[in-house]
Parts: sequence; C-alpha cells; structure tokens
Amino acid sequence: MKITKDEVLYVAHLARLALDEESIEKFAGQIDQILGYIEKLNQIDTQGIKPTSHAISLTNAFRDDEEKQHIERDLALANAPEKEDGSFVVPKVVG
Amino acid sequence: MWDPGGGRSLISRLEAAPTESLSDGNLDFPDKQDFFYSFFVFSFFRDFVVDKRFQVNNREKLPVKLHELTIEEAHRLLKRKEISSVELTQAVLERIQAVEDRVDAFITVSEKEAMEQAKEADQQIAHGHCESLTGIPLAVKDVICTRGIQTTCASKILENFIPPYNATVIRQLRQAGAVILGKTNMDEFAMGSSTENSGFKITRNPWDLTRVPGGSSGGSAAAVAADMCLGALGSDTGGSIRQPASYCSTVGMKPTYGRVSRFGLVAFASSLDQIGPLSKNVSDCAIMLNAIAGYDSADSTSVPQDVPDYTAALQKGLKGIRVGIPGEYAASEGMNPEVLNAVNNAVQIIEDIGAEKIEVSLPHTEYAVAAYYVIAPSEASSNLARYDGVKYGMRDKNQNDMIKMYRSTRSNGFGSEVQRRIIIGTYCLSAGYYDAYYGKASQVRSLIIEDFNTAFEACDLILCPVAPSPAFKIGEKVDDPLSMYLSDIFTLSANLAGIPGMSIPCGFSKAGHPIGLQLMGKHFNEEMLFKVAYNFEQTTNFHKKKPSL
Repeated sequence: MKITKDEVLYVAHLARLALDEESIEKFAGQIDQILGYIEKLNQIDTQGIKPTSHAISLTNAFRDDEEKQHIERDLALANAPEKEDGSFVVPKVVG
Repeated sequence: MWDPGGGRSLISRLEAAPTESLSDGNLDFPDKQDFFYSFFVFSFFRDFVVDKRFQVNNREKLPVKLHELTIEEAHRLLKRKEISSVELTQAVLERIQAVEDRVDAFITVSEKEAMEQAKEADQQIAHGHCESLTGIPLAVKDVICTRGIQTTCASKILENFIPPYNATVIRQLRQAGAVILGKTNMDEFAMGSSTENSGFKITRNPWDLTRVPGGSSGGSAAAVAADMCLGALGSDTGGSIRQPASYCSTVGMKPTYGRVSRFGLVAFASSLDQIGPLSKNVSDCAIMLNAIAGYDSADSTSVPQDVPDYTAALQKGLKGIRVGIPGEYAASEGMNPEVLNAVNNAVQIIEDIGAEKIEVSLPHTEYAVAAYYVIAPSEASSNLARYDGVKYGMRDKNQNDMIKMYRSTRSNGFGSEVQRRIIIGTYCLSAGYYDAYYGKASQVRSLIIEDFNTAFEACDLILCPVAPSPAFKIGEKVDDPLSMYLSDIFTLSANLAGIPGMSIPCGFSKAGHPIGLQLMGKHFNEEMLFKVAYNFEQTTNFHKKKPSL
C-alpha cells in the first residue's frame, strides 16, 4: 500500500475537500494504483541531474510599477457568490 | 434548406478554388478508390440530388455547403463578396442545430453575439478590409475566457462564471475579424482524455457516436470534424489538442510553450498548458496560429520572439529534411497494430516525397506518463486552490464556518477526476514526499528534454503515433484512471519538453475510426511541422473524408 485511507483523508483535508465514505474507498484504491505506477521513476538513477520546472528557460519578467487601468470594482465583484458594500462576503473567520 | 445567396451560381464562386490535387501524386494509396466511392455515394444520398449549381469543377463533383468550407475557401468567397459572413455564420449555426443533439460538442452557443460579430465583419469587408479570418466562424474551448460569455471549464464550480475580460487569444481572434460561435465541451478543467469528465454532458465522436471524441479538447475536435465550425481553439497540457484531433480526423497543433499567450486560459498545469488550433486542414491551422502567436506582456511565460508567417512554410518539397523515427514508440506496450500500420504507411509516404528517414532514440519515453502524473497534478492542486467559493463560482451557502464552506463547496463543485488529481498533487507536494515525487519527476523531466535535444541533433522533426489506439468506447475507461492516463503516452513528452507537436489525419482503422500521425519539432520550429504536414496532406486524401452524421 502506497497510501492508506487515513492518508487520503488527511490529504483531502489539506486540499480542502470533504470526501464521503464511498469516495474515500474508491479514491484510496485508485490513487494507490497510480502511485504504484509512479514508483517506476525509481528505476532511473537521477543522482546529480538538475530538476526542470520549466521547459523554456526564462528570466524573471520585470516591469515598471506603473498605474494602469484595472477592472472596475463592480465588474470584479460581479461573479461573487456573496457581496456587500463593494466587498466579498465570507463566513466569520475569527471568533 | 440551405440557399446559397439567393441562388447565385456557386460555380463562379468556387471555380478559382485550388483543385487540391485529388489524383496527383504517384503514390499507391490503399483505400483511395473505396474512399472516393463511398464519399461520393454518401454525399449523393445525403443530399438526394446533387444540384448542378454546386459543382465545383470537373474533378470535384461534390456538393458544397457553406459549413463544409475550410477557412481558406470561405475567405476566398468572402473576399470576393460572393458570400457574406452573415450567410456563412447562419449556415454554421444551422449545422450546429442540426447535429448538436447527436454530437453534443458545445456547452454554450452564443448565437446572438455571433450574428452581431458576423454583421461587423461584413461591414469591414464592405470597406475593403478582409483578412484571413475576417468573418470566419470559430469555436472556442470552454477553458478560455470570453468576456460576457459564460466560461465554465465544464465544471459545476464555474457554472455561472461570466469573465469580465477576454483572453488574449480571443482579443487577437476578434481583432482579426473572426466570429466566435460559442464554447465547446471538454473534460473538467482539461483533466481527461475522453471529454467524459465534463460536468455537463458527454460529447460523442462524429465518426462513431458510441465512441469518445478524445480529450480534453473533445468538443472542439468533434465540432471541427462535424463541420459545426470552420476551426476551433483548444488547449493542450498532455495531448489535449492532438489526441482528440487524431480521434476525430482533424488537424491539431500544440505550439511551443510560450508561443501563444496563456492570459485568460484557465490554468491547469502552468508549466505545460498551451493554447492551439484545431482545423480541417494544415493551411487553416497555419492561418489560425498566425493570428494567436506572439509575445504578450500579460503572460510572463510567453516568449518575446518574432512570429513568422506560418502560411509561408506551406511549400512543396521535402528534400533535405530529416525525419526521426523513435524506436521506443513502436515497441510500446498496448500499441494497436492498425495504428502502427497507418503510421508506418505515413512515414513511407513522407519518405517517398523526399524526406530522409533516420532512426532516433528517446530512451526515457516509458517514464513520461509517471513523471507527468506527478508534475501535472502537483501544479493543478496549487492552481485549483483558487476555487474557494469566495470570488467567483459556486458556494455552499449552508456552511457558516470558513473551512467547512471551502470543503463543502469544493467537493460539491469539482468532479471525481479533478478531486483525484488534487489529492495526488497535494500528496506529492506534501512534507516528506516532495523529494520522492515532485523532485524526482522534475529530474526525469530533464532527462526527457535531454532525449529530445539529442534526437534533434540528428533530425529536423520526429514522427510517431498520436495515441496507441483509435477512439475507445464511451464508458470503457471511465473507472480505470490509470488506463486512461496511459492513452496519453505519446503526447505527454512534448508538453514536458515544451516542444511543438501536431496531429494530422493519416488513416482509418478497418472499423472506420480515424488515426492520426504526430509530428514533433524543435522549440519554435512550428514551420517545419507545417511544411511536412502540408506536403503529406497534398499527397493524401484522409483529411477530405467526412463522418456520415
């Protein structure tokens, strides 16, 4: 077993997912199989190989810090599930 | 009944169309006779009577319908004012209406906006302004933001999302005068190889409605194949343009990473995602890439490199071009013999028309799937953290605790495959596992890139299959994610290496399912792919065969 049901639950919590019993059961099996396949990578000796995070070498893209036109506040809020007085509304965070 | 511009003769409209050498070329083409016979008979019965007005020239006695036109053909007619964009757009919308209940390619058809854009295009044309895409109706994968038009990524979590801005590619297409017909179906957040992971509907392959169109750009590929648009945009993170293009017998290109701006493309795996065209032929693909390629200051990963005129690469002759054939692909497990045969046949044709064949080796090919399914889900788990029920998209309003609201919203909003990948990615990036998974996969990625660098010292481009088999049955792999992942084995490497890849039609299985040939080139050398693809297309007729819907 690469991953147990408890680990799936823990990782799901980290990823802010709430899985039901059926999904946990299904995912644990499938993810275990996928991670098992990924073990294949260990067949290769990668000692001293530099990792690649980006296939095209790019340097940082700097720009001047200038004032520019942005999306209007109302438009930015237009898709919000809940809004009030020009702000996003969220459930209470602090007690 | 479609009436081409009040009964004006189409003979004059199309007589200057290229004859596209139906019988030129000396190659023996196994199913040429059968194909022409069946195509003709099918077309004849479908239309009952072949109206003489529709005859194009002596060699091509086929009925011409506006929705069947290529971009190039339509442009010629628009420019000569023999058809209008309104007529053309109307004809394509009628086609969508006629076949959509069978194909289910679209999530949104923006008919009203399309007709307005067509009218604008006609005004431009009336003022003598007719560029290659002016008035041409195109479809867009629903992962690309369109201002004012719902963009869902085929996810319930974004069901009502209306972008306040256009993606750069949409701005470019609109500036070029193109008409946007609507948004095509896909696997949710572009995660999948069959379009079955859509939160809304299952798209069917126009060649066989019991089969998948491929994915994740399955809606775009099906729409092009079924003449529901003249061309379409897709996105490709691990093969999502090329694999559906091959399953549906269309042309599809994933350009070099950084060639096309990703601004406004909803992110899946940011180091792999790239937008590209799906089209009816190679020329149309070049025309579309011309419009969308180029540096964009809004995407810091787009590359400030000059954009050539890709249509200039469409020249006959392959002398001196070295095509590399990687032995590892044919030897791959699960390789369908009909696919291998069609690809070998295509390589032979390309050799016969002048290219030199060279054997190359990509020894780390068999590790690409494993590396990809660490890297892509890792990036996805980070990118998809933004769907938290606060700024846009759905929210579970019954929860009054912040964490519970996040969890409930995300689990109700995301489908299974998306949640599975978020979990895999979060696991691979979590403390204690990062080096073993993400670190290791990133090192293997370097080895895969090195394989290509070495191969490209000996050849100018690589030819191989797009997918190990033709389109599979709907439902066949839905409960077996690993087997679904393995169907991407030939396409993932190009994304990991950031190189351009292309799929062009190269045959059909005995059962009539399309097979694609993949061309992969050096960074920013899309021109080489266009050149070889164009020469192949000029010698063959696979791209002309249409599904019988």
